[in-house]
Amino acid sequence: MSVIKKGGYDRPGIIERSPVVAPGHTPGSVTDRISEVILARTPPWFYPAFGISFVLLMVLIFSLAKLFLEGTGIWGLNMPVAWGFAIINFVWWIGIGHAGTLISAILLLLRQEWRTSINRFAEAMTLFAVACAGIFPLIHVGRPWLAYWLLPYPNTMGMWPQFRSPLIWDVFAVSTYATISLLFWYVGLVPDLASLRDRTENKLGKILYGVFAMGWRNSAKHWHEHEVASLLLAGLATPLVLSVHSVVSFDFAVGIIPGWHTTLFPPYFVAGAIFAGFAMVLTLTIPLRSLFGLEDFITQRHLQNMGKVMLATGLIVAYGYGTEIFMAWYSGNQFEWYMVTNRITGPYRFHWFALIACNVIATQFLWIPRVRRSAVALWIVSMFINVGMWLERFIIVVTSLHRDFLPSSWGMYHGTIWDWAIYVGSIGLFLSLLFLFIRFVPMISIFEIRTLLPEAKGVAAEPTTPEESGT
Amino acid sequence: MSEKQTKPDPAAVEGSPEPDRVEAHPDSPAQDDPGRGKSPRPGTRKYWRSLEELADTEAFQEKVTREFPRLAVPMAEGVDRRRFLQLMGASLALGGMTACTKQPLERIVPYVRQPEHLVPGEPLRFATAGTLGGYATGLLVESHDGRPTKIEGNPEHPASLGGTDLFTQAEILNLYDPDRSRAITNLGRIETWDGFVSALTTALAAQQGKGGSGLRILAPPSSSPTLADQRRAVQERFPEFRWYQWEPVADRMGRGREAAEEPVARFDLEPADVVVCLDHDLLTQGPGHVRYAKQFGRRRKVLSERDSMNRLYVLEPTPTSTGSQADHRLAMSPAEIERFTAALGAELGVGGRHPRLENEKHRRLLRALAEDLRSHAGRSLVTTGRQASPELAERVRAINETLGNVGSTIFYQDPVIVDPTDPLADLRELTEELRAGRVEVLLILGVNPIYDAPADLELADALQNDQTWFRLHHGMRADETSEYCHWHVPATHFLESWSDARAFDGTVSIQQPLIEPLHGGRSTHQILALLQGRPGRTGYEIVRERWLDRLGEEGWRRALHDGVVPGTGPDGRSAPGGTVSGADLSEARSALGEASSGEGLTLLLRPDPTVWDGRFANNGWLQECPKPLSKLTWDNALIVSPRTARELGVDTGDVVEVGAGERQIEAPVWVQPGQVDGCVTLHLGYGRTAAGRVGDGVGVDAYRLRTTENLWRIPGVTVEPTGDRYPLASTRGHWNMENRGLVREASWEEFQEHPHFAHEGSHAPSEEMTLYDAWEYDGYAWGMAINLSACTGCNACLVACVSENNIPVVGKDQVRKQREMHWIRIDQYLSGSYEEPDGVLNQPVPCMHCENAPCELVCPVAATVHSDEGLNDMIYNRCVGTRYCSNNCPYKVRRFNFFLYQDWETPSLKLMRNPDVTVRSRGVMEKCTYCVQRISRARIDAESEGRTIRDGEIRTACQQACPTEAIVFGDINDEDSEVSRWKAAPTNYGLLAETNTRPRTTYLARVTNRNPELPSPKRESSHQGSSETDHGQG
Repeated sequence: MSVIKKGGYDRPGIIERSPVVAPGHTPGSVTDRISEVILARTPPWFYPAFGISFVLLMVLIFSLAKLFLEGTGIWGLNMPVAWGFAIINFVWWIGIGHAGTLISAILLLLRQEWRTSINRFAEAMTLFAVACAGIFPLIHVGRPWLAYWLLPYPNTMGMWPQFRSPLIWDVFAVSTYATISLLFWYVGLVPDLASLRDRTENKLGKILYGVFAMGWRNSAKHWHEHEVASLLLAGLATPLVLSVHSVVSFDFAVGIIPGWHTTLFPPYFVAGAIFAGFAMVLTLTIPLRSLFGLEDFITQRHLQNMGKVMLATGLIVAYGYGTEIFMAWYSGNQFEWYMVTNRITGPYRFHWFALIACNVIATQFLWIPRVRRSAVALWIVSMFINVGMWLERFIIVVTSLHRDFLPSSWGMYHGTIWDWAIYVGSIGLFLSLLFLFIRFVPMISIFEIRTLLPEAKGVAAEPTTPEESGT
Repeated sequence: MSEKQTKPDPAAVEGSPEPDRVEAHPDSPAQDDPGRGKSPRPGTRKYWRSLEELADTEAFQEKVTREFPRLAVPMAEGVDRRRFLQLMGASLALGGMTACTKQPLERIVPYVRQPEHLVPGEPLRFATAGTLGGYATGLLVESHDGRPTKIEGNPEHPASLGGTDLFTQAEILNLYDPDRSRAITNLGRIETWDGFVSALTTALAAQQGKGGSGLRILAPPSSSPTLADQRRAVQERFPEFRWYQWEPVADRMGRGREAAEEPVARFDLEPADVVVCLDHDLLTQGPGHVRYAKQFGRRRKVLSERDSMNRLYVLEPTPTSTGSQADHRLAMSPAEIERFTAALGAELGVGGRHPRLENEKHRRLLRALAEDLRSHAGRSLVTTGRQASPELAERVRAINETLGNVGSTIFYQDPVIVDPTDPLADLRELTEELRAGRVEVLLILGVNPIYDAPADLELADALQNDQTWFRLHHGMRADETSEYCHWHVPATHFLESWSDARAFDGTVSIQQPLIEPLHGGRSTHQILALLQGRPGRTGYEIVRERWLDRLGEEGWRRALHDGVVPGTGPDGRSAPGGTVSGADLSEARSALGEASSGEGLTLLLRPDPTVWDGRFANNGWLQECPKPLSKLTWDNALIVSPRTARELGVDTGDVVEVGAGERQIEAPVWVQPGQVDGCVTLHLGYGRTAAGRVGDGVGVDAYRLRTTENLWRIPGVTVEPTGDRYPLASTRGHWNMENRGLVREASWEEFQEHPHFAHEGSHAPSEEMTLYDAWEYDGYAWGMAINLSACTGCNACLVACVSENNIPVVGKDQVRKQREMHWIRIDQYLSGSYEEPDGVLNQPVPCMHCENAPCELVCPVAATVHSDEGLNDMIYNRCVGTRYCSNNCPYKVRRFNFFLYQDWETPSLKLMRNPDVTVRSRGVMEKCTYCVQRISRARIDAESEGRTIRDGEIRTACQQACPTEAIVFGDINDEDSEVSRWKAAPTNYGLLAETNTRPRTTYLARVTNRNPELPSPKRESSHQGSSETDHGQG
């Protein structure tokens, strides 16, 4: 296998990089290695990990029950600050989801092959993040049992939703996003589910994988249609990467509150979303790849690339912060300028400085190649960014509202224990789904990894045959 | 309008809580065993079966109460399957049967004779009168199908002129207060009225022989002619009987009985060009204050450069609403005020020594003020409050006389109170009599002296003596005093009973009820009828008998209809003032003030701006009403100036021990700019222990420091921090306007030069700056204008709005979380420095009903939409509660039901609500509607009469209550309407108009009439209002 010195790349002029798949793998070994995660016995660490996630999920359910019984008053909301953790968490989760879509759709269209190893995982993360995000708009309303009134459906009231409201745009954006993400993820899964169907010994497993594999028989026609569907879905998902978070940012940008009312928000939110999403992908993949020994497929190359994307989007986000401050000053609008000075010197200044430390300063370490190559360092930076992006949404939502136009109505906002319980609980939901996913579905796309192998490139001694790809 | 006594409404009677649930008196064993405590019936001897039974041990009791001791053990082990299924089946069947519960039989009988004017669903208004401190305010009360729901002022009554204060507005809640006592009790046991009558008759029979020498009554001062007659009749029957009066907050208190009989001053503010209030909250407290506020407001509102203004100087130690309207306000200690007044008197030639004023500011003010008063002789007015010393009162009287104000702005008349006396002297004498054992039968009628008597009288101790064997407490609630009385008889609310009362100027009003007593209460007249030996007479008979031969049937009906008895008002002449008794203007005395000001702090005791002397402590509307300036709710606090607080090392929310002699209390501190240094203020009326569910344990009891010597001012108090913190709930966001041009202000001279000053430097976008055609309002276009020159921040509008719009009370905890529900609030900003603010700017903020409403755009379910008359309507049924509208509202006037704040259970509160306004549920946004229910009613009336709505026909609740007429509402499409006239004024501006919301509520910028001789303050805002702890965090 001496031919594959330069990973999947064999083009002149490209400097030597670490490979996207470790050397020495054959299509068979790829399938073995990845499906082993599912077919082997459950590793012992899985039980406590899933157990903790499940407990947090129960915390979520308990808190939601309390919320529905008593009302939104159990949160720290008040009259100047009528949005709090629920909206912050919504935006945070939606943002996290964006990396998955970016990886699976845009990088697919751009033929960035290194994405293959992480796209399945990132897509699943998108899906679960959107699931978590989707809870919050429903539960944050005062009468959640009537939240369906935000959907346009013919009804006896003769009422449509009010289409000028960004919250209605949110309904469309998020539901579209959830649908496309689910389809994309599922379509990508079909060949791998077929592999598992053929490999599992478990009877129930055979039936379930069989059902979900939808009769995949590895025919050329199947492959062709699969490829077309993937590309079409990628095409559909691509604009969503830009549109969903733009629409989410309209929730704020359409408002007239200083700190919200700015045209900067759509690009700044999209960059922030990708920034946050990659951070979350790194946060999850780094421990998982070592736990399952998948360093062969998620290589340093992947980590490095993700670090670079984070650096790039982090700089856009930092530029956004700068522009926000500059425009507040340049506009000469006293309310805008007060908002900026209040963020930096007001009662939430510690939050603001923490945000800058996490999102701007911590990101700068990614300039250093050694940091980008070190899994531990990357993980630490990505954790900073996870926190920082949550703080960013906190700053946007809370500090804009808590001191707006009339000083007589100014106030303070603090999350209560129930705010935190629901937030932590949503993380529990996310992790629970993630652990189930890891155990039951191949977290790395088997068939796509195989296309990265030298055999698939036609540089190997033995050409890949369709027969081999199917099993 | 009908003058008939209202019929008891079937709904009211059905829903009115019966006295079936009675709270057990702590030492009453009667509840569980009616037989115990009574002597055994003759002929029944007690038999016993065992020694245990005779000993009646606990173990025996337990054994007896267990019905089947032998069966109990196997049952405890559980039920077998069969039994379980049987039980479950039966439970399910029974559970299902509850759905078929037989509803109580209710007969709906139509009126045989329909009462005049009564159309179901149509409210009626009746004229009546409410009293505070014995002085009547004429009212028009709205009645929905027999339930009084809203109180308004009677425009024909001299003390109201159509306005009301917050206390009057809150009386509706007092009427329906679920904590009102519901049964006559004797030592905690429920008794019948007949039982009480026979007990009292027995007690009186014993007094009959002694001429009533052991009979005493303690009652509040009253101006009721009927009561006076009854009292005389009782006096004839019991010549030795004594009638004492008590009122914790009364004018001339503690100055002796002689002083109480002196002529009383009454003011006319309309001709007054210069008004000087020396420690006097003239516009929001005291007899006639609503009228004074009206008259004052009329002299403040300038619509054009041609209008003239009066000028108000206020010298006061503690910021008040009157002070917030002052053109010149100086914080001065009471001693400084005395010295200043002495100096002013000397300047004006009243006589007396001219004391030297230390403070340069005071000297400057003195020169300018003396000159101003001299040049407005006969058109000026100097007043002082009830706390004033006799010397101060005498000087003020002399100054007015010298200036020739008597007969033009100030009138003297005989006291309106029947048999005026010094309540303090009365209570002291009663205490002495109690201690001496001379009182056998004591009837306490409608006062609560155990709570509010000066602490050094130790009345509770005096009351508990064996000689006084018949003690009656007659009151609306079982309160602190009733705990010390044998009998408690529920009193009627003034909306439940017949009476009469005089206004501050002597005008008599008949007080007619609007509803049958909810809890079987009796009025004071009915109690007195018992003393007269004429039981069984109704209040109606008593009052009607008094007036019928004087007025005749026609006149009686007229008086009921109009709300005033003609010919009882003042004649427009002034009696001679007479000198104030007890005033000693000698030099030794006037030096006293200076000496006493030196050592320690001075504690000032004042009636509370929202719960008054404590009688309103159980009223949630008033408890939650933010107090002027501090915006404090649900508490009183020791008000300390910023400088004094720094010297004491305390901050807002710190608990301090206030020591006055051997008496101490602990109180939280509130740092209040505008408070004079060296004086701390504590409001009375808090710390009640038996007020009810709302008022118990709220705040600290300042009466525990109040003594007969020091009623209003306690010198030499110590204030020691205890290190504890106490959470205070204030609705205040921030002191400071942050240079935002929210309240725009100019002096009279600036206004003359730049009439459009309110628009200078503001950038309201023009209405053409849109791509879309503007909406045409063809019919009505409702709008509101608020004149900031007239608003005193008295909160009458706020409580009126609460009453009209069924606004819930959320409680202290929720207020601390900034979730108060008021639809209108009064923003108050300070100008000048934090330590020495030179002005307070009041700004009532209801919904602006923006034409480009930011809230409407963002609501995802179209729950807030614009009406074709320009209202920003809120559709509660459609609201899902995203709260996006509130976030996007630049005025933050929207209020959210975070929990189920409305009380959906308490029956009496259901009666209270305005049936025209939805009672909101949990999770729904709400806000000011411009009283859309009133608009609808006016529209229905107008359409049925085939005309358009007349200007002034619709008055919003806030507008109607406003004592200074600072709010006007109407059709802005009608060029001749009052609101259009106001909006055409050069001072009219829109709040935050630069955000292009185009508010329908606009403000008329405040114009102050500062004395040009005095330096005008630098109008720059301070930045010292602490930020983090601003809202609610005390």
